[in-house]
Amino acid sequence: MADGAAVIDKGGLDTLIAVLVARGRTVVGPTVRDGAIVLAEISGGDDLPYGWGVELAAGSYRLRAREDGAAFAHSAGPQSWKTFLHPPRERQWSADRDADGELVVTEDRTPAPSYAFLGVRPCDLRAIAIQDRVLTGGLYTDPAYRGRRERAFLVAVECTEPGATCFCVSMGTGPAVGPGYDLALTEVLDADGHRFLVRAGSEQGEAVLAELPRRAADTATRTAAQERVAEAADRMGRSMPLVDLQVLMRESLTAERWDDVAARCLTCGNCTMVCPTCFCTTAEDVTDLTGDHAERWRRWESCFDRDFSHLPTGPVRDSSHSRYRQWATHKLGTWYDQFGSSGCVGCGRCIVWCPVGIDITEEAHALNREREGADRKGTP
Amino acid sequence: MTVPLPYRVVDRAVETHDTATLTLEPVRQALRPFAPGQFAMVYAFGVGDIPLSVCAIDGLRLTHTVRAVGAISGALHALRPGASVAVRGPFGTGWQLAGAAGLDLLVVAGGIGLAPLRPLVCEALAAPGRYGRLNVLIGAREPRELLYAAEVGGWPAALTTVDRPDARWRGEVGVVTTLLDRAAFDPPGTAAFICGPEPMIRATAGELVHRGVDPDRIRVSLERTMHCATGHCGHCQLGPLLLCRDGPVVTWARARPLLMVREL
Repeated sequence: MADGAAVIDKGGLDTLIAVLVARGRTVVGPTVRDGAIVLAEISGGDDLPYGWGVELAAGSYRLRAREDGAAFAHSAGPQSWKTFLHPPRERQWSADRDADGELVVTEDRTPAPSYAFLGVRPCDLRAIAIQDRVLTGGLYTDPAYRGRRERAFLVAVECTEPGATCFCVSMGTGPAVGPGYDLALTEVLDADGHRFLVRAGSEQGEAVLAELPRRAADTATRTAAQERVAEAADRMGRSMPLVDLQVLMRESLTAERWDDVAARCLTCGNCTMVCPTCFCTTAEDVTDLTGDHAERWRRWESCFDRDFSHLPTGPVRDSSHSRYRQWATHKLGTWYDQFGSSGCVGCGRCIVWCPVGIDITEEAHALNREREGADRKGTP
Repeated sequence: MTVPLPYRVVDRAVETHDTATLTLEPVRQALRPFAPGQFAMVYAFGVGDIPLSVCAIDGLRLTHTVRAVGAISGALHALRPGASVAVRGPFGTGWQLAGAAGLDLLVVAGGIGLAPLRPLVCEALAAPGRYGRLNVLIGAREPRELLYAAEVGGWPAALTTVDRPDARWRGEVGVVTTLLDRAAFDPPGTAAFICGPEPMIRATAGELVHRGVDPDRIRVSLERTMHCATGHCGHCQLGPLLLCRDGPVVTWARARPLLMVREL
């Protein structure tokens, strides 16, 4: 076919991993570990979670065995690709005091690993694009992030098995893949066998695809792939209210609903840790025992931490009410002002990993209802 | 700009019991020039860095007035001439005084808020005729907290007030807005520049709008904690603003709706 789409089988997937490894890449993909499907370095197709799915609910994540042996029939796990592109803790520079007391500052220039990410979901592909915008799209570029990002090879996999906490359709991020991938796969399992429709999205992707045992995409596989993705769109577990969320957040800053959610929120920050776009960090300065060597580290930080908004006069956001509001209004609203898009991709991780099951879609619906109620009161 | 450049402390002037002004000189390479209202991230070796506005524009030198209120500001405040620091910058929006040509200038400072306003006053005084009347209104909690007293004494049309006078205080008593009645300015033709504690900013800007100053011509300098100053750490958010990038100086038209929401 003119678009160069091809079909590979499970063996082709093994070859894909082998080709990427042979090109010197660290291949990271989903694998079963500690009762979850995590993202970790994989060395072959055997590491993929064939036959595993997940059962998701607010505050709940369970692995479940599947009968069909699919590799990618699971939705987001506890990690996202930011763990690799924007790691939880990283040294930025070091400062040494020489014999004359002068400071010598040295930027950390650890060579960026050459990653290949296998199994990037459409929602997560968008999340990577959002972090690109935050960390490299402004006046200042984060050089370490850019180094890792520019070298990364992204193998997206379209979503055919959304979870009960997924809402990518209402965020416009899935289940079909958007731009930004090197290769995109769609897993098809039917009477004709277990296979993957593959498209290249870059020259590098084309080069890798050319090394795989493949056949030209047939109509049956194309149709099956399209149907499975279209069905997935109809099986979203959740959805955001169909309103302009940026405006809803802007108009809800004094909503009573924040008190309701504050009564449940533990301000643990889990939602920010699992969110694929949350980028906030704290600077940490350390010295060694000589006192002449200091290092600047940065580590992930959460806006749910009371010290996040520290000022000499006390924290700006002291109440849990204000801290949940900061997170939600940033994610769904002010992110547009700051970075030109939503900060939410609808992956549902924050719902799953909230220990008390707070659901951002439910909160948005409640805020929308509260606003509608206020509007009705305002118009006789 | 992620890596700071080494600077050396070449002068330290004691301003008040907890505040000092440090003059820094580049050891080798200097940062790009700063504009009044912009800030630097000044690093105390092994302790950390904090945002400090420039309080003078003086060639390649950087001048910062620092008040010891925490671990990092305390470490910087304790430095003596000869000590080494490292600095990043310039960051943030400046006062943009040039846009106020032909207008009366009203500068209102509360406490250490005078520090970022000082280079603005100096810039205005250096260009007589370019602007209308200049009024500088200064408030402090106590007489011992007044900054740059000798220099301020030489500024024309500078008025000072304190909240809590001591036995020797012969000047005005009360919050800084009480000085507005004594300042000569034409509200519709005035550009105002305000820095101080947030309640003082709210009260002053609110009063100026009430008197007819255009909220787009009132600029306020705001404070939030900052870790990176490059728009990447998220700490300095104020609603839609990243204050390291969109501030610290913002118009009152933009700041007002944000500062009126509790704990935003």
